[in-house]
Amino acid sequence: MDQPLVSVRDLKIGARTDSGREVEIIKGVSFDIAPGEIVALIGESGSGKTTIALSLMGHARPGCAIQGGSIRVGRRDVTAMPERQRAAMRGTEVSYVPQSAAAAFNPAKRIMDQVVEITAIHQLMPREQAEAKARQLFRALALPDPDTIGSRYPHQVSGGQLQRLSAAMALIGDPALVIFDEPTTALDVTTQIEVLRAFKSVMDKGAMAGVYVSHDLAVVAQIADRIIVLKNGVVQEEGPTEQILHAPKHPYTRQLLDAFEPVPHVPAARPDAAEPILAVQDLCAGYGVIRDGVPAAKILQDVSFRLERGRNLGVIGESGSGKSTLARAIAGILPAYRGNLLLDGKELAPALQQRSKDELRRVQIVFQLADTALNPAQSIETILARPLTFYHGMTGAARNARVIELLDMVRLPGHLRHRLPSELSGGQKQRVNLARALAAEPELILCDEITSALDTVVAAAILDLLKELQRELNLSYMFISHDLSTVEAICDEVLVMLKGRVVEALPAARMSTEAAHPYSRLLIGSIPQLDTGWLKGLEQDPALMAQFAGR
Amino acid sequence: MSLALRLPTPARLGYSFNWVGRIGLAVILFWAVIAIIGPWIAPYPPGDMVDFDYFGPMSSEFWMGSDYLGRDILSRIIMGTRYTVGIALAAVMLACAGGVLLGMIAAVVGGWFDTLLSRFLDAFNGIPHLLFGLVVVAAVGSSIPILIVTLAAMYLPGSYRFARALAVNVNTMDFVTVARARGEGFGHIILREIFPNILGPVLADLGLRFVFIVLVLSGLSFLGLGVQPPNADWGALVRENIEGLSLGAPAVIFPSIAIASLTISVNMFIDNLPTRIRDRSE
Repeated sequence: MDQPLVSVRDLKIGARTDSGREVEIIKGVSFDIAPGEIVALIGESGSGKTTIALSLMGHARPGCAIQGGSIRVGRRDVTAMPERQRAAMRGTEVSYVPQSAAAAFNPAKRIMDQVVEITAIHQLMPREQAEAKARQLFRALALPDPDTIGSRYPHQVSGGQLQRLSAAMALIGDPALVIFDEPTTALDVTTQIEVLRAFKSVMDKGAMAGVYVSHDLAVVAQIADRIIVLKNGVVQEEGPTEQILHAPKHPYTRQLLDAFEPVPHVPAARPDAAEPILAVQDLCAGYGVIRDGVPAAKILQDVSFRLERGRNLGVIGESGSGKSTLARAIAGILPAYRGNLLLDGKELAPALQQRSKDELRRVQIVFQLADTALNPAQSIETILARPLTFYHGMTGAARNARVIELLDMVRLPGHLRHRLPSELSGGQKQRVNLARALAAEPELILCDEITSALDTVVAAAILDLLKELQRELNLSYMFISHDLSTVEAICDEVLVMLKGRVVEALPAARMSTEAAHPYSRLLIGSIPQLDTGWLKGLEQDPALMAQFAGR
Repeated sequence: MSLALRLPTPARLGYSFNWVGRIGLAVILFWAVIAIIGPWIAPYPPGDMVDFDYFGPMSSEFWMGSDYLGRDILSRIIMGTRYTVGIALAAVMLACAGGVLLGMIAAVVGGWFDTLLSRFLDAFNGIPHLLFGLVVVAAVGSSIPILIVTLAAMYLPGSYRFARALAVNVNTMDFVTVARARGEGFGHIILREIFPNILGPVLADLGLRFVFIVLVLSGLSFLGLGVQPPNADWGALVRENIEGLSLGAPAVIFPSIAIASLTISVNMFIDNLPTRIRDRSE
């Protein structure tokens, strides 16, 4: 390879904040992409990976501007081109697969009209020919009913199918370079596999080069030839996938890889207390109009489990499996219509209005998105002080001292208490979110995907914090997640949920070996491994996939 | 520490706002002061015929000319300030307070209460404002408290609709769910969790509604149902001197300017409130 397809030299991209301050987002990045090569851009949120990927099309998001350096794609200099020529290049030479296919499709138009749109805009080929080519792509992407799927509307296909259709949309103009911007991040693990497989097969067949933007090393390991690790707009390390995974040189890469390796959870000594902190028996809950004591949409069906004091229970399952509904039913936000909840051996009323203040205090719930879980109009101090006043009747200096103590418990400096939630980072917000639950002095904390929205390294720090707090305060956690490595890192036992039922309960440490139910095996087998050959070597029973795919 | 020495000025607390907002506030304060000290600074009693001419021009004696009966317009505007500013302010406060409170309650309670209240107020909103005013004033007679309540009742449904739509969105946020799961009472959820997050748009709505109320009050006075003679609010001043327009009399221009200056500056002020208040949710 003498002539790289893409070469980026000393790229600088800056932005102007609302307060008029100039910020440099990309600080002098250089790299090459050979024809037919797939390069992954890896990094945390704010590392500039998407900004770089978009700049390859000559596009900068509103407020950002390319301020220096050069980008060459093929024989053209993207940075020197007028906008008109860049527009002509997009779709035919460089194309883009966005993260959210659902948002990328116009819900009012049929899929085929949108897939062939690029050929119409650039007048590449007649409509007939374009549609034939689209059907060919649908087939290559292993979409069901390739001949008729184009006549459906976007809401009539599943999320994984839509993501593959958006790839077809990007590929129809025969681009030399395809940019994948976190295309599988929003998908369930089992769906992610189908999509990755389809992407890999079309990319292998064509001679297209690709840029794959992701924060997930394991996913990237399956598809990329080379990996570029980014942090704060600077390249940290660049190298072939094998080398990055097995012989990382830069400490930051090592940190990313370490966050991936789950630290096996050491369970606390078996407590003597005979009563479990939480026992759930045949719990049923649902939404909608209640007729004859049964709601119209039943979500949870006959869920039973026990959680011993000082232990952690993981709940895993794909979206729509009823994990979050289970947490809501236990917290009483969504009253269960049947079944029993026993807190420390005592019956807990289904609806929170019927529970005593003390019962409410003992069970706290922490939500996934700290952005919406903290009142944007209240200072951190007000947010943390409220449960102290509410449950413990604290006021004045004692309360202020306790707020600082709580912030210290979640490893935040005390002066943050005067800030508003919008002035904190994502990880800090999640810590405040946790501190608010701790303020109540609970015995059980229901954690609903609390690390899912965070970067790998930040999430690992939160998990460490949870473990530390558990040792100090003798807490029990119910940990809901779709990420098995997270669950493995903190839980003693794991419940696998499918369509509102618990299909299996497993010890967390031996999840992969002891799983007996076919769905648990499928789910556990679908977690990408840090191994370049994992996807290729993955054997999945197609009948099994089909059986559980009907969601 | 130097922090202790700093005075808590609005700017340091993060409540500073720009010049457009300051001008708006200055004009509002000006009219508020006029409303209070009116009787002491008015050059003539507002009901006395002091000029021998009608629709007199501006002169050193009558700064803003005289009206169709030869009364001093400056004095009448000064005395009218109390009615216009007072009635409109009281009515808009009543309408917005009631509407926002009911809107938040409906959003949080939901169910049949929400449906019933919403449909009732929708139906109420269907009655034309002036017609409603006409009926009420004809039935119970015109007095200032009646005017305030009537105007408030006219604008309450709109304010309710607006606040309810905002509160429904905030109500589904996780922090409200957390508060509910904590066992917080109804009052706390409405006043502490929801209200601060809808305050910005609600204030903007209040500004708009204030302007509408000033205009409807003028309209009612125009029909003779508002403030009763010999007193007059600004709208009434425009009405009674409208024939002077063809004569180029200042008697009709100045009350109009007064209405415009107040309504425009209220909106200038509301639109440029400190970001801390306006965009708290961002």
